[in-house]
Amino acid sequence: MVRGSGSPHGRRPTPEQRTRRVLGLLVLACLTLMTLDARAGASSPLDPVRSAVGNVVGPMESATAEAVRPFTDLGDALRTNHGLRDQVARLEAQNSQLRGKVATEPLDRQRLAELDGLTHVVGDTGYSMVAARVVAMGPMQSFSRTVTIDAGTSSGVREDMTVLNSDGLVGRVVRATRTTATVLLIVDTDSVVGGRLGTNQEIGFLRGRGSAGDAGRLALDLVDTSVVPSKDDVVVTWGSKDGVPYVAGIPIGRVESVVSSPRQSSRQAIIKPFVDFTALDVVGVVVPKGTTGDRPVLTAGAPR
Amino acid sequence: MTALRNLGLAAVVCVAVVSQTVVFRHLAIGGVVPDLALIVVVVAAIDRGPELGAMLGFAAGLLVDLAPPADHVAGRWALALVVVGYLAGRVRQDARSSTLAAVLVVGAASFVGTSLYALSGAVVGDGTLPVDETVKVIVTSVLWDVLLAPLLVPLLLWLLHALGPAAQRDGARDAARAPVRTLR
Repeated sequence: MVRGSGSPHGRRPTPEQRTRRVLGLLVLACLTLMTLDARAGASSPLDPVRSAVGNVVGPMESATAEAVRPFTDLGDALRTNHGLRDQVARLEAQNSQLRGKVATEPLDRQRLAELDGLTHVVGDTGYSMVAARVVAMGPMQSFSRTVTIDAGTSSGVREDMTVLNSDGLVGRVVRATRTTATVLLIVDTDSVVGGRLGTNQEIGFLRGRGSAGDAGRLALDLVDTSVVPSKDDVVVTWGSKDGVPYVAGIPIGRVESVVSSPRQSSRQAIIKPFVDFTALDVVGVVVPKGTTGDRPVLTAGAPR
Repeated sequence: MTALRNLGLAAVVCVAVVSQTVVFRHLAIGGVVPDLALIVVVVAAIDRGPELGAMLGFAAGLLVDLAPPADHVAGRWALALVVVGYLAGRVRQDARSSTLAAVLVVGAASFVGTSLYALSGAVVGDGTLPVDETVKVIVTSVLWDVLLAPLLVPLLLWLLHALGPAAQRDGARDAARAPVRTLR
């Protein structure tokens, strides 16, 4: 095809050929990257590059978010000052504790009855948290639901930590750089959370259905397929060993409807999450007790 | 001079990538934000040709793939934007005639880019949605890009011209190549 182009430079490629070569090389590079990253599984060879880019872009995102905050907070700005803001934050924290208690009350009561004589270590029912703000959200065009928060390893935030806000479970940390961390929201299609129904303790797995916003829903498959979840039942995290990646007892959402396909014997419950993923702002990352970092660690129940 | 121009282009791409995740998330429609990186690549390709379009597409795509909130297989946006940059560069003669034509090219590029990204996700089995939702996301992103393009295309063209005289050089090369084309 390019034979007859009659380049006056002999063997030198014409601009056309050059462009095609560049295109070919770049496509090849992309495919190589995708193969490397997709095949590697847990530890991708691109992880160092990712964290390097994160270390540069993360602070840029935080700074930009800080710069545009006066505009995005315009509604609040007219009536708030620092003191009021702090008060709001404190009340929100209190409210979240109360709301969490209300939502998990049936579960707690049942657990209390079951465990009867066993004692709880009161201090272990509350989690230590590092507060952070959401600075960036991955576009839906990427078909994944992730956000960047402005706390990283320097504040004690690491991979596989639970992230929640005043309404309920938000997601988990999938990657952390020094000053920022990437959180995979529970509505992402890659997210699987172990959940427990509030009223009957049945356990199951919640999978994200991909879309945030009002349509953001989770699908709950119970392990025991004979159990029918009842509408409005609260689902909380089931928790796993050492709270990795999710600590136990965090409210996730309510059963909105139950769908059963005739082909399968199992039923799937559709869960409406408590958290509004389009309006994420202040979140808490559950950190181990005794974590120290460059920002204060909130400890539940500690009088201040 | 070239280094300075590349630095300028890199800065524009960085601003685009950061603002589409930080600023536009407050305006997102169902989570979909305008694809600013794609618009930058398309406009640069229209102005400077397919080679630079493809290379800038690679760089911008890689940044989208690796910058913090991203958690998909790296290289997917790079692949989509390389193809978009190349194709936009190929139709540059038509696209340069008017802003309207450029806006249409941005819309087409947005469709091609987002679809390619979705397809690559299906191939490597990474973060796919049901078809109807995917289509909804693609349509929304095309609408967003077409909506912003009339504002961004002139602005970016002005920026690119301010960054360096490459457009004139490219233009001269095109003019020199034009007779050859008519001969064929």
